Amino acid sequence: MYLGRVTGCVWATAKDPGLNGRKLLIVQPVTPDLRDTGQRVVCADCTGAGAGEIVYWLRGKEASFPFLPTEVPVDAAVVGIVDSIHLQPAEPAKSAEPAKPLEQAKPSCGASSIFVGRRSSRGKGDSRFARQHRRRRTCA
Amino acid sequence: MILARVVGTVVATRKDPRLEGKKLLILKPVSPDGKDEAGYVISVDTVGAGNRERVIAVAGSSARMAEGCKDLPVDSAIVGIVDDVHLD
Repeated sequence: MYLGRVTGCVWATAKDPGLNGRKLLIVQPVTPDLRDTGQRVVCADCTGAGAGEIVYWLRGKEASFPFLPTEVPVDAAVVGIVDSIHLQPAEPAKSAEPAKPLEQAKPSCGASSIFVGRRSSRGKGDSRFARQHRRRRTCA
Repeated sequence: MILARVVGTVVATRKDPRLEGKKLLILKPVSPDGKDEAGYVISVDTVGAGNRERVIAVAGSSARMAEGCKDLPVDSAIVGIVDDVHLD
């Protein structure tokens, strides 16, 4: 599964009957720190995601599984809307230097959280996410 | 799935018998804003797409789930003709 940002949607009248009633979204793949990467793809939607939202999506035959028992000819599908991402810090390289005394060391946990948030029009409980919208909080 | 533009057709006489009667089109992948992207792909047409039309193509084993493609030896199928792309 991959992270992506919804950047648009596709309208099609003449299409496979299995796609009737399915929303087709244009998704830009992003890295965990929300930088664009790779080419945009067309995904079928089974979550109700909207423009600008960070989602996770999958590709391959598995993308048609959320729509079972209907056989939908899709190879990419949005299967979840991301609320927040927590990144663990990379393992520090081992060195021969002795560890710093505690009082000199910076108080830092190194981890970072990205609150992606939801659209404020989604209903109750969104204000907390809206306040933290796209705000990166680090412990460093 | 990718967005692509139909740029040609493929004619083949000697082929797998299951492909008889199927239209094979050459697709050029395009970005949502209409720019050409690298590569070409040959797709089996299930919706009646024509030359220069922008289409949605599905790749891999999901292509066999398109209408009329069950148990066909295909890995790419056109499943929709694009009317409009809305970018935010």
